[in-house]
Amino acid sequence: MADDSLTQAEYIRHHLTNMTFGQHPDGSWGLAHSSAEAAQMGFMAIHVDTMFWSVLLGAVFLFFFHRAARSMSADTPSGLQNFVEWIVEFIDTSVRGSFTAKNDMVAPMALTLFVWILLMNLMDLVPVDWIPHFTGWMASLLFDADPHHVYMKVVPTTDPNATFGLSLAVFALVIFYSIRMKGPAGFAAELTMHPFEANNVVLKIIFLPINLFLEGVSLLAKPVSLALRLFGNLYAGEMIFILIALMYGGNFILALFGGVLQWAWAVFHVLIVLLQAFIFMTLTIVYLDMAHSHH
Amino acid sequence: MNINLTLIGQSITFAVFVWFCMKFVWPPIMQALEERKQKIADGLAAAERGVKDQELAQAKAVETLQEAKEQARTIITQAERRHAEIVEQAKDDAKEEAARIVAAAHAEVEQEASRVREELRGKVVDLALVASSKILEREVSVEDHNAMLEKLSASL
Repeated sequence: MADDSLTQAEYIRHHLTNMTFGQHPDGSWGLAHSSAEAAQMGFMAIHVDTMFWSVLLGAVFLFFFHRAARSMSADTPSGLQNFVEWIVEFIDTSVRGSFTAKNDMVAPMALTLFVWILLMNLMDLVPVDWIPHFTGWMASLLFDADPHHVYMKVVPTTDPNATFGLSLAVFALVIFYSIRMKGPAGFAAELTMHPFEANNVVLKIIFLPINLFLEGVSLLAKPVSLALRLFGNLYAGEMIFILIALMYGGNFILALFGGVLQWAWAVFHVLIVLLQAFIFMTLTIVYLDMAHSHH
Repeated sequence: MNINLTLIGQSITFAVFVWFCMKFVWPPIMQALEERKQKIADGLAAAERGVKDQELAQAKAVETLQEAKEQARTIITQAERRHAEIVEQAKDDAKEEAARIVAAAHAEVEQEASRVREELRGKVVDLALVASSKILEREVSVEDHNAMLEKLSASL
């Protein structure tokens, strides 16, 4: 529902701005009151909404899974345990399918990635105005703040910080295990001796910069593509929900059509939500497998 | 859409979540799944063993039955043979007995016949004596005619 006091552009911008905590130009610390202010805060600022929702959803995931794990029994499972087992076995099969080395960290990490990202993505299905409006209302009630300057972005995966945070952590693991499994020399060789190979030393030296460039690009492309794929899909999905929500500001027919559209898009979006979580997990497994394997 | 500290915050959060999951969530679940797998495998093995045992028992039962039948057949054969023997023996005994009785009867008849013959012989002598005395009209003295009578009696 587009607020009457907001233009459509303002409405959209309001929805796309994070609640940012950082230092104001005057030196005081606090929340940004506009997207321009948030941009001014630079790197030393934090998105309160992204952190809050991602930590909350991660905690929900770990709470339920931990509860199921504690009361786990080898007998006939029921309810929560059944559900948890189903997911865990699905992840385990995926990991066994694409990860050939031995590493006890990969499977739990895949599980965390999949469920966490899935939950964060699912926030996209909450009607776009509910939580931001509620937050604005609470803020105006408690702190006498102007709701139009209280920002709340509910879907952490539409914040590139979240997706890059994940992919860079994965990237760090890829580098770590590459060096650990192959040694610094082995890793360096992997970056410089492929894809152009030669047996003679002169040619090797000639190929070295070319190989380093190609391998370096493909190495760096991993975290970037991982993060941007997830972010792009979810951001686009969120954007469409926001655009559909604009229709509620029009007449009755338009609003009704908007309702139908929102439902249809939500149904389709469930697929994207699941698929993106799965892709992120699978690619992480594959990248880690590549880090473990020798050429 | 600014890149800021959230990036690092997310990475740290992720690391903590993965650590927690790896420590407290994944191992107990996998352990329980393994345990169940083992249990099912054991159950299947036990079932298979049961089937095999049952098969063995059945084979054994069939064997026992066969043995019993064999034994029964042997016993019957023995009994039949014994029966035949007894019948044969009885027949032999009866034949012997019959022969004995026949022989005894024969002997008796023989004895009777010779006794009767003796008697007849005596009677004939007497008769001859009476007849000859009638013919001669006088008594034939035994002492006088003993020799003649003896000759007569021997010729009869």
